[in-house]
Amino acid sequence: MSMLAKTVGRTLMQAAAVRSYHTTPCVRKEHGHGAANRTTCTLIPGDGVGPELVYSLQEVFKAASVPVDFECYFLSEINPVLSAKLEDVVASIQKNKVCIKGILATPDYSNVGDLQTLNMKLRNDLDLYANVVHVRSLPGVKTRHSNIDTVVIREQTEGEYSALEHESVPGIVECLKIVTAKKSMRIAKFAFDYATKNQRKKVTAVHKANIMKLGDGLFLRSCEQVSKLYPRIQFEKMIVDNTTMQMVSNPNQFDVMVTPNLYGAIVDNLASGLVGGAGVVAGASYSSETVVFEPGARHTFAGAVGKNLANPTAMLLCGVKLLRHINLPTYGEVIQNAINKVLIDGKIRTKDLGGQSTTQDFTRAIILNMS
Amino acid sequence: MAARFIQKILNQLGLTAARDAPAAAAAASSTLQAQVNTTPAASRAYSSGAKKVTLIPGDGIGPEISAAVQKIFTAASVPIEWEAVDVTPVRGPDGKFGIPQAAIDSVNTNKIGLKGPLMTPVGKGHRSLNLALRKEFNLYANVRPCRSLEGYKTLYDDVDVVTIRENTEGEYSGIEHEIVDGVVQSIKLITEEASKRVAEYAFQYAKNNNRKKVTVVHKANIMRMSDGLFLRCVRDMAQKFPEIQFEERYLDTVCLNMVQNPGKYDVLVMPNLYGDILSDMCAGLVGGLGLTPSGNMGLNGALFESVHGTAPDIAGKDLANPTALLLSAVMMLRHMELNQYADKIERAAFETIKEGKYLTGDLGGRAKCSEFTNEICAKL
Repeated sequence: MSMLAKTVGRTLMQAAAVRSYHTTPCVRKEHGHGAANRTTCTLIPGDGVGPELVYSLQEVFKAASVPVDFECYFLSEINPVLSAKLEDVVASIQKNKVCIKGILATPDYSNVGDLQTLNMKLRNDLDLYANVVHVRSLPGVKTRHSNIDTVVIREQTEGEYSALEHESVPGIVECLKIVTAKKSMRIAKFAFDYATKNQRKKVTAVHKANIMKLGDGLFLRSCEQVSKLYPRIQFEKMIVDNTTMQMVSNPNQFDVMVTPNLYGAIVDNLASGLVGGAGVVAGASYSSETVVFEPGARHTFAGAVGKNLANPTAMLLCGVKLLRHINLPTYGEVIQNAINKVLIDGKIRTKDLGGQSTTQDFTRAIILNMS
Repeated sequence: MAARFIQKILNQLGLTAARDAPAAAAAASSTLQAQVNTTPAASRAYSSGAKKVTLIPGDGIGPEISAAVQKIFTAASVPIEWEAVDVTPVRGPDGKFGIPQAAIDSVNTNKIGLKGPLMTPVGKGHRSLNLALRKEFNLYANVRPCRSLEGYKTLYDDVDVVTIRENTEGEYSGIEHEIVDGVVQSIKLITEEASKRVAEYAFQYAKNNNRKKVTVVHKANIMRMSDGLFLRCVRDMAQKFPEIQFEERYLDTVCLNMVQNPGKYDVLVMPNLYGDILSDMCAGLVGGLGLTPSGNMGLNGALFESVHGTAPDIAGKDLANPTALLLSAVMMLRHMELNQYADKIERAAFETIKEGKYLTGDLGGRAKCSEFTNEICAKL
């Protein structure tokens, strides 16, 4: 009964949230640039606190008169009734080339018996192979570690997330982890290109090739091979368990990291934890054609839905990344500076950073600090 | 083996009695409980006199730190007798290198062992000795308590977690093949039997060690069948231990929260790879592998070990830190239900580290291994 009430409540809440997008900022506004110069971006609010965060982002964009229009699709696996069709969303992203996405909740089992999650389907359909999370200590956010500046680049179309599983006999399950030379080379090249473009010095390949000699071995060899083409960038390999240990004791030694799928998820979250949590780290997933900007550590924070508690920083930073990507860096800078100012000021803080302010307060503070 | 079986039956009797007549069972079950407690599995066979324990000193710094542990045990007059064995691989009748039979026999009779770090020579034609030992003795669960030590300051000072890791299957099944050139398939194997076994051990551990909560760490949202099976097994087991709190967490969530607030977790149980990663990460929180003990529970016995490397650069120089092996030995004493000795030694070790007068190089001190050892002996 309580379960039912909860579900109904959530559905209604999310329905309300969705409706509000269509009425508020998605409206086109006449602007100095003229309609021709405006960019359209697909927007997926996601589950949990996603809609609240996206709302905050839209408010900030509106206040900064950013010439971006959103095409909003509510996509959800746990709420299939309200969810838009995946094909429509994919088509929209393919058309717009850019997307901002909240986090999609992934339940432990699917209603229709799918092994693939909606997230995986979206990534595979768009071939979003490279996930880049730049983990950086933020000004004014006090954490145990300081001066962290690491980029985690994660392959996210194969590996453990293959969704190939079967129960050979009752009680015995096999799960296949697929590693291919093609995709390993592709991600390695992406990582080294990223390092070159961003004046980074070192790339660390994270693996477990001592145990998974063939699978992770192939990944590691591919990275090694690619590294030879970039003699100016230092290449280093590290076993995943050691990586996590080094990460918590001496995170400053890492520069760019390149990882297979699952280890990437681990390192992303771990690193995000070091700089203040899931609420402050932005990420982006790239295919050769499109980019999807989404928070770096993927948590829906479902416990805080509707409580106005969540920290919108990660989502706002996604917005800043988007603006840089579509060549509107001045707008991006205005928002970035406002975020920095509010964080350094430290008066307005959401609960995850030890404050008492609400999502709304924080958003308002950002808007007031934009100049 | 027989002792274990009897204990199991007694346990089950205790459970059924309690379930059938909760009110009347109080007295009955307490007597049953008392019986169970007086017949610990390991100590039964050697109820008179000293118990024998197999000691594998290991390579590199292994012999020094093993000697240190032996010295401390003698000083505390622990009633056990060491049986040191060498596990340097020998060529067997089939021409393959392997652990000498004498070592295997020793662990099989004693059912309990303590092991220093072992070096796995690369490319010498035999597989990792650690792996061989694990296989030989069916060591199915790896237990690693990580606790912040007073006196050795790290960025985290409120860590007190125990990671329990399934140790025989999962990602480390070793089943891999290259389907076509450049496409590799690795199989992660999860079985109900192994999952149940480690789940039961985790809850039993929590109960025996007065722990409040067990968290199962999984990724069943991605690996819906395999991790799903593991999750279901632990979930089912949780119902048999209503006094222990139980929660389910995704691997990523645990990674995120562990580095922000390790106090959120107590006992963690998980499949092989996640356990490998999280146990090392937790060790990182409290100061590295030189300070964290480890125990392996098996069907044919238990093996306690230090999980750090052999440190060949400082071997033989009396500079190594024996803490990890000593704490593993303390864990072993608890397993043998020699708790008063365990407490005494642990207290002395913690005090020595807290005082900070005799710390080894890795903890930022300048003392030698022998000085550190002597100080602990003096405190006993």
